[in-house]
Amino acid sequence: MKKEEVPQDKGNLSKNNIKELCYAIDENGNYTTALSTGWEPKTIALQNSIQDINERIENARVDVKNGKISPIVYFMELHKMDWVVLSSYVGMWIWRVKRHRKPAVFKRLSNKVLSKYAEAFEISIEELKNFKGE
Amino acid sequence: METNFIHHQSAHCENGVASNLLKHRGINISEPMVFGIGSGILFFYLPLLKVNHAPAISYRPMPGFIFNRAAKRLGIKVKRVKFSNEKSAQIALEENLKNNIPTGLQVGVYHLTYFPDEYRFHFNAHNLVVYGKKDNHFLISDPVMETVTTLTEAELEKVRFAKGALAPKGQMYYPIHIPTEIDWEGAIKKGIKNTCREMLAPVPIVGVKGIRTVAKNIPKWANKKGNKIANHYLAQMVRMQEEIGTGGGGFRFIYAAFLQEAAPILKNDKLYELSKEMTKIGDLWRDFAVNASRVYKNRSNQTDVYNSLSKELLHIADLEENFFKMLKKAI
Repeated sequence: MKKEEVPQDKGNLSKNNIKELCYAIDENGNYTTALSTGWEPKTIALQNSIQDINERIENARVDVKNGKISPIVYFMELHKMDWVVLSSYVGMWIWRVKRHRKPAVFKRLSNKVLSKYAEAFEISIEELKNFKGE
Repeated sequence: METNFIHHQSAHCENGVASNLLKHRGINISEPMVFGIGSGILFFYLPLLKVNHAPAISYRPMPGFIFNRAAKRLGIKVKRVKFSNEKSAQIALEENLKNNIPTGLQVGVYHLTYFPDEYRFHFNAHNLVVYGKKDNHFLISDPVMETVTTLTEAELEKVRFAKGALAPKGQMYYPIHIPTEIDWEGAIKKGIKNTCREMLAPVPIVGVKGIRTVAKNIPKWANKKGNKIANHYLAQMVRMQEEIGTGGGGFRFIYAAFLQEAAPILKNDKLYELSKEMTKIGDLWRDFAVNASRVYKNRSNQTDVYNSLSKELLHIADLEENFFKMLKKAI
């Protein structure tokens, strides 16, 4: 990559006024560094991921509304977590966390267990219990 | 309290922290030098390990490896401490700052308040330096940012004790011994040899062979899992290759810069030629990213596009195999 080719596209970085450092060659073929505001292929890749996450959140919301899954799944997706990350934050085995996605099991959870989830999602127990997918 | 630490922006967090901490101790070492001596270039593919719901593809070794290997080869001793308790982690850090020691930390990205929302994923192998504390705020030098920033006690505690894969457990590190004489030549040679060995490893998921395996799997992703999932996998791959930290082209340009810097030290003119070749390969990785992004943008349905991406990647693998063989001979 030549220094003058270091991309200066608008994207998620430029929006936040952040520039990243790239390595490129100058007119004499010597390596130097240059700041980049963003690059379109990266922006598209990131948007693809964000869209994917938003779809997962929306699907979870609808499933909660239809009583198929517990609010835990919705908040897990909202926080970009998966089962491994969530089980690590609440300090419980994965199989146990996965069992809590069933609405019937979730309803019977004690406040002590719920508080672990609420803390991981940075919400109150009430907000967690009363989320109906609306 | 504040140490007289100087912030330099870098492409990658780990090289940057290493380079900045060593510069503070009087060793003038650039980011590419840390990266090259620490054998930072690598490729591995772990289809069964899912990251962001896609197979794990990495262009670098496990977190901590680059700095550890570079330090070992330069004869520098680095102290690393993990904590089971948040309080003692903060006390140890403050103790260091009182003794005028800027300290490297491994942190999780998800709760880093100064990162844009879009970049906050559950990734726990980010690195930054704490170089002081003022009015209950820690002074932070994050090498991927242009300037220094601050975090409150609670904010820093949260990122130091992020959970999930590669949880940092409050890990902090700093050089404790710097040798009077440094054998640059020997360190560079060791770094290059190690890189050649890894990139040419006879394992289907590592190095050049790993790139080939991914290339062959791209059309399979589309056939077996459908275009939507294949496109998601490709997008994740491009992000690992190009997102903040690689300096472009999956670290290939940083490596080319390293070879150029190493040539006069080893008095080896072949390294200039090899640096040029690596730059060309880096440009091909950039082209691959451009073409992959076209696929998931247009949502094209032909199986052809996946096959042509696959061919492109196989071509890169061939060039890299040849490159690392020549590099091995040149040393």
